[in-house]
Amino acid sequence: MEFIIITLVKTGLVAFILLTTLAYLQWVERKVIAHVQARVGPYRVGPHGLLQPLADVVKLMTKEDLIPDHVNKVFYVLAPFLAVFLALLSISVSPFGPAVEIFGIKTNLGLADINIGILLILAVSSLGVYGIALAGWASNNKYSLMGGLRSAAQMVSYELPMALAIAAPLILSNSLNLREIVDTQAGNWYGIPNWNIFTGGQIFGFFLFMIAAFAETNRIPFDLPEAENELVAGFHVEYSSMKFAGFFMAEYANMITVCSVATVLFLGGWHSPIPSQAGSGVFAALVHFAAAGMLFFHAMHAARPFDKITFPVFGVVISGIGAIFLAGASVWPALGAAINGLFWYGAKTFILLFVFIWIRATLPRFRYDQLMRFAWLFMFPAALLNMLITAFFVALKG
Amino acid sequence: MDLILFIIFAMFAVASALGLILQTHPINSALSLIGVMGSLAVLYLLLGAEFIAAAQLVVYAGAIMVLFLFVIMLLNAGEERNPWKAPAVAYIGGPVVIFLIGAFVYLINFTLPPMRSVSFGDFTGGGPREIGMAIFTKYLLPFEVTSVLILIAIVGAMVLARKEID
Repeated sequence: MEFIIITLVKTGLVAFILLTTLAYLQWVERKVIAHVQARVGPYRVGPHGLLQPLADVVKLMTKEDLIPDHVNKVFYVLAPFLAVFLALLSISVSPFGPAVEIFGIKTNLGLADINIGILLILAVSSLGVYGIALAGWASNNKYSLMGGLRSAAQMVSYELPMALAIAAPLILSNSLNLREIVDTQAGNWYGIPNWNIFTGGQIFGFFLFMIAAFAETNRIPFDLPEAENELVAGFHVEYSSMKFAGFFMAEYANMITVCSVATVLFLGGWHSPIPSQAGSGVFAALVHFAAAGMLFFHAMHAARPFDKITFPVFGVVISGIGAIFLAGASVWPALGAAINGLFWYGAKTFILLFVFIWIRATLPRFRYDQLMRFAWLFMFPAALLNMLITAFFVALKG
Repeated sequence: MDLILFIIFAMFAVASALGLILQTHPINSALSLIGVMGSLAVLYLLLGAEFIAAAQLVVYAGAIMVLFLFVIMLLNAGEERNPWKAPAVAYIGGPVVIFLIGAFVYLINFTLPPMRSVSFGDFTGGGPREIGMAIFTKYLLPFEVTSVLILIAIVGAMVLARKEID
């Protein structure tokens, strides 16, 4: 009974945090791209546009939900639900932090701890193509169909190098369980964190995985399925209102999933890059205090009138979070282990998400034949070679 | 719990299999086939073969069926309007099916040696480690022969495609 209650609470929490992150990831993306292009981005709704996601949700929910006459109704309605469902499903096996004991309740920070975790993620992501392909076909529109076909071909092609890039860290960790994979990356080797990307020698594998991840999530520079200057908007031309929002949510959820998989497989999951004797416990607190200090400083020299109010408010909130981290590091080690794990997991995932956004602001789109040639003539042999070399060294070590 | 899940997914598998045959539109049939594969994966999972379940999803539902769907979409295959029926099929089709099913049941029930019935949670050798050990020790030869067979198919496909280009 206790198990069921804890699981339900954890599921609710994860769902809430995931959906909030989804909404705010879009705000972050618009802000980052705006600043890259020397604009300010969303600014009107709330301080610095912070309530923009809320406004967007209200707008999308209240818009008219059009179902065109010429579509295949069943699959047209089914496709966005399928896309969202499959995109949200894979986060369930991701381990967010170590096993902790708070208020006498012992639990893993993560939802499901299964021994084929990484295979489940691969299976779900390979099913994810149906949402887009079906949407493209059911819309009964040549642009949509082209988008759906491109997406299907692209995702099948990039799944191979992605699976091969994933296989190398699996060989190193000798497990398919994501929690065990993170556990084998604990500690450090002469100050270098014992992560697969460093001491495991998987830096090449990491980049292969990230490139394949861009193609799997249909992001620039591989966003051929929705290339707006060739296909209008690709597979979701005919969608409006919440169904359109569904595809958007699926794309962002897939981004979060691949970033957390990269964190777990290559970047040591929730483990801190700083050795514990060098003060990894207080690092998170220091980061928060530094951020709060920066906000206070800018509040003194506020360029815009309302910054005098909003900056100190956010500064107080962030230094409060920093104080919690400080308490975890000094007087409450059980809490410290939990929140530090979550902090590092979140930080690594967010840095990777930032890279996704950064690249969107930087690179142009590939041509379709370039995309396919790149997958089969570079990615696939390189990933295969990476796996063979890793296997060779693991066999050599015994 | 296991039994309830088994009944739900077995029924879903049978319903999807019927849908696969009875649907007239190729896309509906292909999606029914995905339903069959997915529910089979759940049945494998219930029997304790988690690696096979995941492989079923990745390989069949995820890769092969995507290609099926891709081809159907690319050819824009429409609904079957007027399925051609040979008179022989109309008259002896039913009896032949019944005869074949009967023969199959007879073969399994009376000529094969009696087998232990399957029950949930008995089998523990379905993890990736056990499967890997079995493939690379006990079943090494069949495994390698299968891979050579697939290689031949790939080379054959390449040759056929090349002829088209020239």
